[in-house]
Amino acid sequence: MKRTSIKIRSKKLDVNECRNFVTDASCGGISIFIGTVRNDTEGKEVYQLAFSSYKAMAIKEMEKIASLALEKFAIHKIAIHHAEGTLQIGEVPVIIAVSSKHRKAAFEACEFAIDTLKETVPIWKKEYFADGEVWVNAHP
Amino acid sequence: MKLKLLFFGITSDLMGVRQLEIALEGLASVAYLKRVLEEKYPQLKECNSYAFAVNEAYALDSLLLKENDVVALIPPVSGG
Repeated sequence: MKRTSIKIRSKKLDVNECRNFVTDASCGGISIFIGTVRNDTEGKEVYQLAFSSYKAMAIKEMEKIASLALEKFAIHKIAIHHAEGTLQIGEVPVIIAVSSKHRKAAFEACEFAIDTLKETVPIWKKEYFADGEVWVNAHP
Repeated sequence: MKLKLLFFGITSDLMGVRQLEIALEGLASVAYLKRVLEEKYPQLKECNSYAFAVNEAYALDSLLLKENDVVALIPPVSGG
């Protein structure tokens, strides 16, 4: 049985697909984190984002996170899906779904996965403002 | 030794290309490659900081490069 679902894709992410993947009769709960595109950065209005990735390596790093989550927490299955390309305000760049017998492990694994993804997975976000565009975190 | 370089995020904007090939003489570590690149392409210093990945895995500065390695410049990531 495959316990991880890892995807990077340019079409819309599907919460139900993640939920269905992790659903299991042995589990008492599912924790789902849905990242959404916010309309501002430090008070400045953002009108869209673009995500690009080093896809082959990003998939490997996401697989590492999922395997680590399975080792560290008493969870059953984990899905990590990330979008690439241009996203509008309110759209979904990332979904993480985790199922477990007892809820605490699912909450913790979900938080661990999104925190680690933001630190290690080679995906880059560009923010578009009315007066220009900027790669996030690229400048001091 | 021939290497393939990949640029992502701000480093691809600074370089104006997404990939190129480079040849180095003798033994070369990741740290040495970084010095060579910044001498040849000083615009790379405009990036806050960046890591290196060799053949799709993060690499330490001390890693020795081999013929035909694929080396990627990884500026600060911002997924999620």
